[in-house]
Amino acid sequence: MTFKELQRLYATKRINRRDFLAGAAAIGALGAASTVGLPFPAMAAPSKGGHMRIGMGTGSTSDTLDPATFDTTFNQVLGYGTLRNSLTEVTPDGQLGPELAESWEASPDAKVWTFKLREGVEFHSGKTMTAADVIASINHHRGENSQSAAKPLLAAIEDIKADGDYTVVVTLSAGNADFPFYMTDYHLAILPSDGEGNVDATSGDGTGPYKLEAFEPGVSAMTSRFENYFKGDDRQHLDSFEMLVLTDTAARTNAMTTGEIDYMERADLKTVHLLKNRPGVEVLEVTGTQHYTMPMLTDVDPFSSNDTRLALKYAIDREDLLAKVLRGYGAVGNDHPIATANRYHADIEQRAYDPDKAKFHAKKAGLENVEINLSAADAAFAGAVDAAVLFKEHAAAAGINVNVVREPNDGYWSDVWMKKPFCMCYWGGRPTEDQMFTTAYAEGVPWNDTNWSNERFNNLLTEARALLDEARRAEIYAEMQQIVRDDGGTIVPLFASYVDAHTDGLAHDTVGANYALDGFKIAERWWKA
Amino acid sequence: MSAILTMIGQRLALGLLTLWVVTMIIFLAVELLPGDFAQALLGQSATDETVNAIRQNLGLDKPAVERYFIWLGDVLQGDFGRSLASERQISELVGPRVYNTLFLAAYAACIAVPIALTLGILAALYRNSAYDRGVNVGALAAISSPEFFAAYILVYFFAVQNAWFPSIARLNETTTFTDRLYMLFLPAVTLTLVTMAHMMRMTRAAIINLMASPYIEMARLKGIPRGRIIVRHALPNALSPIINVVAINLAYLIVGVVVVEVVFAYPGLGQLFVDSVVKRDMPVVQASALVFAVTYILMNLSADILSILSNPRLLHPR
Repeated sequence: MTFKELQRLYATKRINRRDFLAGAAAIGALGAASTVGLPFPAMAAPSKGGHMRIGMGTGSTSDTLDPATFDTTFNQVLGYGTLRNSLTEVTPDGQLGPELAESWEASPDAKVWTFKLREGVEFHSGKTMTAADVIASINHHRGENSQSAAKPLLAAIEDIKADGDYTVVVTLSAGNADFPFYMTDYHLAILPSDGEGNVDATSGDGTGPYKLEAFEPGVSAMTSRFENYFKGDDRQHLDSFEMLVLTDTAARTNAMTTGEIDYMERADLKTVHLLKNRPGVEVLEVTGTQHYTMPMLTDVDPFSSNDTRLALKYAIDREDLLAKVLRGYGAVGNDHPIATANRYHADIEQRAYDPDKAKFHAKKAGLENVEINLSAADAAFAGAVDAAVLFKEHAAAAGINVNVVREPNDGYWSDVWMKKPFCMCYWGGRPTEDQMFTTAYAEGVPWNDTNWSNERFNNLLTEARALLDEARRAEIYAEMQQIVRDDGGTIVPLFASYVDAHTDGLAHDTVGANYALDGFKIAERWWKA
Repeated sequence: MSAILTMIGQRLALGLLTLWVVTMIIFLAVELLPGDFAQALLGQSATDETVNAIRQNLGLDKPAVERYFIWLGDVLQGDFGRSLASERQISELVGPRVYNTLFLAAYAACIAVPIALTLGILAALYRNSAYDRGVNVGALAAISSPEFFAAYILVYFFAVQNAWFPSIARLNETTTFTDRLYMLFLPAVTLTLVTMAHMMRMTRAAIINLMASPYIEMARLKGIPRGRIIVRHALPNALSPIINVVAINLAYLIVGVVVVEVVFAYPGLGQLFVDSVVKRDMPVVQASALVFAVTYILMNLSADILSILSNPRLLHPR
């Protein structure tokens, strides 16, 4: 292991500071570790001021500032991490921390949650944030006519009311120990209300570190420092923060190499090694919860047989996909959606490519003369078609006949995903196990993309949700990961890292992995060196 | 002269009819695409409930024919509606994009048209010389490479290797006219490269075609120098085909530049059009398509008018 690799592991949080130092000592680079400064950014106090320009890989003319329909990293960074705040925050090291709520507590059955709000927080418009704003912001996603993608997340809310100006009490229909974690969801940014229960979701007003100066959907956004920000000097180091939509990978890379931008989202994995060699450019890899999946509809033959599912799970060479599709920027998946970045990730034996086992299960399922259609399009993720074709070859070695069906990108999510029995897909992942399982694995939920139902799993899910005992929860979630791995309808071949690039003129502390771009909070966490 | 006015009137009336047909075709085409606005907006995170809520809210649950006539009725009253996605007024959304697109098209035309005509005339003058062959090969090579390739080559040499021009066109309110010219130089040159060959070769062909005419031979026998023969005697008579080709290329500069817009991250109409089709944002798609259709109709009309004006036999018919 070289010092550089150690640095990378440390920077991406795969090892902690102690292991880093131990590793550096082992390879005789302790001197280097103490002199390079990096990766000990905390040593240098963040400097103030400057203008940061960031080139985004997503963004469309149909973007709005309404959190209910956020669907690109552009409006997530702008509308969630830059202009606004939420009740709670996932800290860079993955813990739950306070934001607009100072503290919170649950009833013993985790059904009633009381959030104590921070006092004296101002919106950009000068209005003071109170419980009325929080309640209106949450209700914005609820109710009959809600168009919000966060609606299922809040379905368990029975009642939400204020207790004075700075206390919000939420009553759930069933206990949920992760409810404060839900409040970090990017849809649930706190918006100013008009006092009658409606929110101003479109002007961009919020409590966040920067206020909106100009916004041209699909083109750019300009923000400037909000002087009365409640986090003050700890965060919010820049004078102004500018975002540009550069969806063309080559245009984005050119802008990075010519110094038109300071930070580039989504580096092109095919050329990132060249970018890395450029003086003054640093490549940043963060392994988060984002994963690629291959869901099979478990109520459709031949996928209704678990032997078919196991055969396919053994017939995929994950290491090969990692090397060829992600060029090593990621980690192999173990057929369940819980990432190492999640709190209750369990240490379960990694499933490996095993044509013999695949053959065994294929024979049991009677797959000898069956052609299995796999629907693929790059809408699922960049490289999905390549991955499908590679899988076809892997499976052929086990005598399984996979036929890759090329689907159009357009309309992929409405016409292919959850409609075709076996397809390529991706999930951004969720900060909590419960959220991930409830969204895509629980029986009967709208996005259970395999129609999978497992009684033991569903019971455990309900049991763990209301538990406040950490150790017991860890046990239950470990068992659930095992069940999904061995019985679930999804192959999870890869966890994909976020790979970005930036100039060495930017500095940062530990980078959050709950979302891309430092948990979408790059604007308030990074500074100009 | 009144013949021309009649023609313009007729053509404009026909143009309106064309526009109406275009709106129907576009509407039908977008309807035929899989999925609708609500599904496209929510993508992977769509549920039946939220999709239905959006449809009801925007009136997308009505039958397609009814929606078309509601839209048409509004347009006839001068209301192009609002974008389904951003709820912004169409005029507010499309207006700046049209300006950007026209600016780039005009800029590229100002470079491309004079150069193409000059090179074409010179190529006719020195027909079959090394110069003629060189210009032809160069122009054909430029038009044969895809726009994005030409653009990347230019960016590589003039933005990455030598930091002479910016690699992206980053506009904001403070951008002045000269800044704009500077930022858009590479896009304009890219467009020049891909449109020039057509105009240049048509100029050359039209002039050479005329060089065999008896009146040119007469002029040559009178001892007039070759250059003067071409500019004074051949060119005026070759104008009509040249004008037509120039008009087609100008129309292309307005409607066909989406690739260049993407490469240089320039917020033009093409980018808006593509985004809106992806999101099935019908009012924006329709408005953009109308702008494109109007461009073609007006360009063709002006080409015809100019052709008539340049030809006395058509201008004064017996």
